[in-house]
Amino acid sequence: MTNNHQPIEKVSIIISRGSLEGVYPGLIMANGARMEGIEATLFFTFFGLDAIIRRRMDRLKVATVGNPAMHLPTLLGAIPGMSSFATSRMKREMEKLDIPPVGEFIEMIHDAGGTLYACKATVDMFHLSKEDFCPQVEDIISVGQFYEMSAGGQIIFT
Amino acid sequence: MTMTVAAELARDADGHLANRSDWNEEVAAALAREEGIEELTDRHWAVINFMRKEFDAKGDAPSIRKLTKESGVSTKELYGLFPKGPAKKSAKIAGLPKPKGCI
Repeated sequence: MTNNHQPIEKVSIIISRGSLEGVYPGLIMANGARMEGIEATLFFTFFGLDAIIRRRMDRLKVATVGNPAMHLPTLLGAIPGMSSFATSRMKREMEKLDIPPVGEFIEMIHDAGGTLYACKATVDMFHLSKEDFCPQVEDIISVGQFYEMSAGGQIIFT
Repeated sequence: MTMTVAAELARDADGHLANRSDWNEEVAAALAREEGIEELTDRHWAVINFMRKEFDAKGDAPSIRKLTKESGVSTKELYGLFPKGPAKKSAKIAGLPKPKGCI
């Protein structure tokens, strides 16, 4: 039995969504991995890139429409200001648990030895460049490079 | 010799001390060696003492964020002092149970 339970030594976490609730699980898992001494790589793709775009990273919002677990009727969720309201409530709750804002969290994960990459296909599609990203982003890489870097580890898609 | 002392102390399922009352500075040094840290410096002690103080006040080890904000040890330095898992290792050396928090 013990032989079947090798400890995890390396994880590559893909963050593909740009809502507040889409970004945090990946950040928490990456930080948690480093806390346990597990090597962690973060790969941001599609709207997940918002979490590392300097002017956007600290302005992410909770999606109040199309999310049944919000327990809010779709039409109410669509009222202007509803998303901001839900976002500030959630941020307050996270602060209580000592979960940092996105920018600070990214810095923390980077200082903890985690490495961050942006997805090349998305960067090209959105006409972005390295200057748009926070300084903790190591590089813009292709899917192939991502798989190469993830060799020997677990890949987690969020 | 201190190694022997620490080896004989009761542990919990995670290998941390079962009884906080067994802890002293010598035991801490022995626990540190178990974790591959040969010598505890003043910087290690800044972290260990902060962990103990927080645990006494709150009943759980502090988050890494709180630890770095309030102990004066940066995230980078913390990972340098306690490689391969600062939260768990510093708690173990401080004679505390494994931290329960996720952050």
